[in-house]
Amino acid sequence: MDVMPKWAEVVLVPLISLLLAAILSALVILAIGEDPIAAVQLMVQGALGSTYGWGYTLYYATNFMFTGLAVAVAFHAKMFNIGGEGQAMLGGLGVALACLYFPWPHWSLALIAATVGAALFGAAWAAFPAYLQAKRGSHIVITTIMFNFIAAAVLNYMLVNVLRPEGSMDPATERFSPTVHLPTLHEILAPFGIQFSKAAPANFSLLVAIAACILVWALIWRTRLGYEIRAYGFSEPGARYAGISPTRIIMISMLISGGLAGLMAINNVMGEAERLVLNATEGAGFIGIAVALMGRSHPLGVFLAAILFGFLYQGGAELALWTSIPRELIVVIQALVILFTGALDNMVRMPLESLFLRYRKGRS
Amino acid sequence: MAMNDQTERQDTAAPAIELKGISKSFGPVQANKDISISVRPGTIHGIIGENGAGKSTLMSILYGFYKADRGEIFINGKKTEIPDSQAAIAAGIGMVFQHFKLVENFTVLENIILGAEDGGLLKPSLAKARKSLIELEREYGLNVDPDAVIQDIGVGKQQRVEILKALYRQAEVLILDEPTGVLTPAEADQLFRILGRLRDEGKTIILITHKLREIMDITDTVSVMRRGEMTATVKTSETSPEQLAELMVGRKVLLRVDKVPAKPGKPVLEIENLKVTDEKGVARLKGIDLTVRAGEILGIAGVAGNGQSELLEVLGGMRRGEGTIRLNGEPLALDGPNSDGRARRTQGVAHVPEDRQREGLIMDFHAWENVAFGYHLDASYRRGPFMDNTALRRDTEAKMKKFDVRPPDPWLTAKNFSGGNQQKIVVAREIERNPDLLLVGQPTRGVDIGAIEFIHNEIVALRDQGKAILLVSVELEEIFSLADRIAVMFDGHIMGERLPNETDEKELGMLMAGMSGEAA
Repeated sequence: MDVMPKWAEVVLVPLISLLLAAILSALVILAIGEDPIAAVQLMVQGALGSTYGWGYTLYYATNFMFTGLAVAVAFHAKMFNIGGEGQAMLGGLGVALACLYFPWPHWSLALIAATVGAALFGAAWAAFPAYLQAKRGSHIVITTIMFNFIAAAVLNYMLVNVLRPEGSMDPATERFSPTVHLPTLHEILAPFGIQFSKAAPANFSLLVAIAACILVWALIWRTRLGYEIRAYGFSEPGARYAGISPTRIIMISMLISGGLAGLMAINNVMGEAERLVLNATEGAGFIGIAVALMGRSHPLGVFLAAILFGFLYQGGAELALWTSIPRELIVVIQALVILFTGALDNMVRMPLESLFLRYRKGRS
Repeated sequence: MAMNDQTERQDTAAPAIELKGISKSFGPVQANKDISISVRPGTIHGIIGENGAGKSTLMSILYGFYKADRGEIFINGKKTEIPDSQAAIAAGIGMVFQHFKLVENFTVLENIILGAEDGGLLKPSLAKARKSLIELEREYGLNVDPDAVIQDIGVGKQQRVEILKALYRQAEVLILDEPTGVLTPAEADQLFRILGRLRDEGKTIILITHKLREIMDITDTVSVMRRGEMTATVKTSETSPEQLAELMVGRKVLLRVDKVPAKPGKPVLEIENLKVTDEKGVARLKGIDLTVRAGEILGIAGVAGNGQSELLEVLGGMRRGEGTIRLNGEPLALDGPNSDGRARRTQGVAHVPEDRQREGLIMDFHAWENVAFGYHLDASYRRGPFMDNTALRRDTEAKMKKFDVRPPDPWLTAKNFSGGNQQKIVVAREIERNPDLLLVGQPTRGVDIGAIEFIHNEIVALRDQGKAILLVSVELEEIFSLADRIAVMFDGHIMGERLPNETDEKELGMLMAGMSGEAA
């Protein structure tokens, strides 16, 4: 018998964790002599109070959806892919190559090519650690994190020595052709009579990310491959008994995971910067871990958690802009959210479980 | 023997252990409900009950691992608090666990003083321990070399080291938790002789088991537990196995399987010179030859760890091997992509694995997901690119009904079923595929008596349909009641084959201990 009803498990636990993180953050803000209530107001106003704010919140959320899904898929196979950062960087390379070297007549074709390029490059980058895990038993956590550094170096080399336009001092590619420009939310919503901020970077990739959420859900809970991935994740001896090849599951789940992380690049590289710059991923690969943890590796959870972290990112940027709260403190607040929703899950769960038990006993 | 004298003394003396009104809950599960028990000094007191009846919880409370929600503990008539195992040891209680807690690369002597050293220096402790160890051995006939290293001595002796550990700590009451699970029949007999001698010397012994035979053989008194409650305490001499079984289950049970003689047909499974080496490079099967015919049950007897698991795994496609196996005359792959579990299933091999919780089921999956496990690529469960979950749930409902799985709810996760019902789900899944060969490992381990009866009957029914069955079990009783032919495994070899009506436990026990049939 499950101790808690499902709604408590999926709604109450994260909400209480979030509340605890918020209270602790408020105390920290108090301690440096600022007003936490005003800070919250500013964050909400900055992130959700205007279409400009929403545009940024959703832009960040799009990144986190991709990287969160990446971690979630690997989690289902009990693989801890913390190489999302590197896979997203390489995804950026895939997008840049697809956009730079072919004269696409229309953005939709370019998007398909960029999607394929991003997924392929991200998956290829995940393939090495996956192979090492499947065949050599090298721990995926160690190898994926090392591959993040290698990815950064590869990107650096490519930008400085190969892709940098002649005469430019900036380690970045040249700007993509205007024909591959992805429609922003402003352009998408205008025909419906909705006025959305022109300056905000949220773009068509958001829809791709939502589609990815739905596809991942179908993959994990409706297909036979998803069944095998989950079975392997729960019990390796069980998988061997059922004739599910561990090598195959490790490879496939990591390729999908790497591909999803790579897809982030269609948002930040193709949709926002419209060129590939150094350090374009800005840590989104790591935020994906927190997003997947908080979202319980379920696409709907990932979707919601990604929006929450998008809010924290944008609200935090506003806070840094308009108050004397230093930017580092924003990172502290984000870290508290990660700590409470991800790592300290049991701290909330256990008391809540015993509370439910007592309630149930009282009734029966 | 001065029997009268003894009973008189026991009746007047205060009970060695007395528990009054012990209750303990884990979450919504009440493991012990208002249990009272009184153990007379100088007796062997058996506690019998099915898995999950609460025996181990009760003993863990007595040994200080758990704290009872309610109830009192009296030792020698004195109320005693036992907050941890140190307190239990101080109160003169010793425990021998089912899984030994010994340091493999220490000597017997080092293991015995571990945790009971007198000071920072080992030498004086060791010398003192050696002296009292020799005395203890002489007194109880335990016969263990103090300088032998644990990993070099057999399980039977390792268990005696556990007993010595308790005695060295001046235990007056010894609790043994399922002590014969890992022993050959001969080793078990030896253990019982030692226990008898300990009792005669005045020690009190509490024996936890689910085996009726052991209770009948050596206990003086027996308490029966069922679903967390103490249903009866009776003198062993005044009860019978049938009565105990009924008390354990709560209804009349058939202890023997009703079956007609087998009508063996053509060979279904032929194994020739099968060898298996494990991941560490240790040879587990050293050239096995076996044949299983249609319409017969071949039982593999042996002490756990002598290659039976590897035999099942290699036949079930979970492990690679060398040699030849043929199913209905067609060779089966022992290596490469066609040697996995899926290939075996399509060729007509079904497998009820030894460890249903790790292998046979995914404990976090719903029942209906588990009913597809291993057959999840089957066309009948497929709709386009997706799994046909509706068809699966319908199929699960049918199987649950047919195999009397309780509760018959396809949405329940596997871990929320009792052991017996989990096993019924596995057995239903495998038998309903109508395989040519059924591999069965420990079909009734951790399964309640009621479900054992059901599962045994299903296996025999499959045999009567003319299917071949290979049964591995460490329970000799199960082998005797099911098998039409018995092969004994020891150290990766088949020591011999016997017919159940032409052999006995003693002869099989010799074979299980590695003594060849001729010498026996």
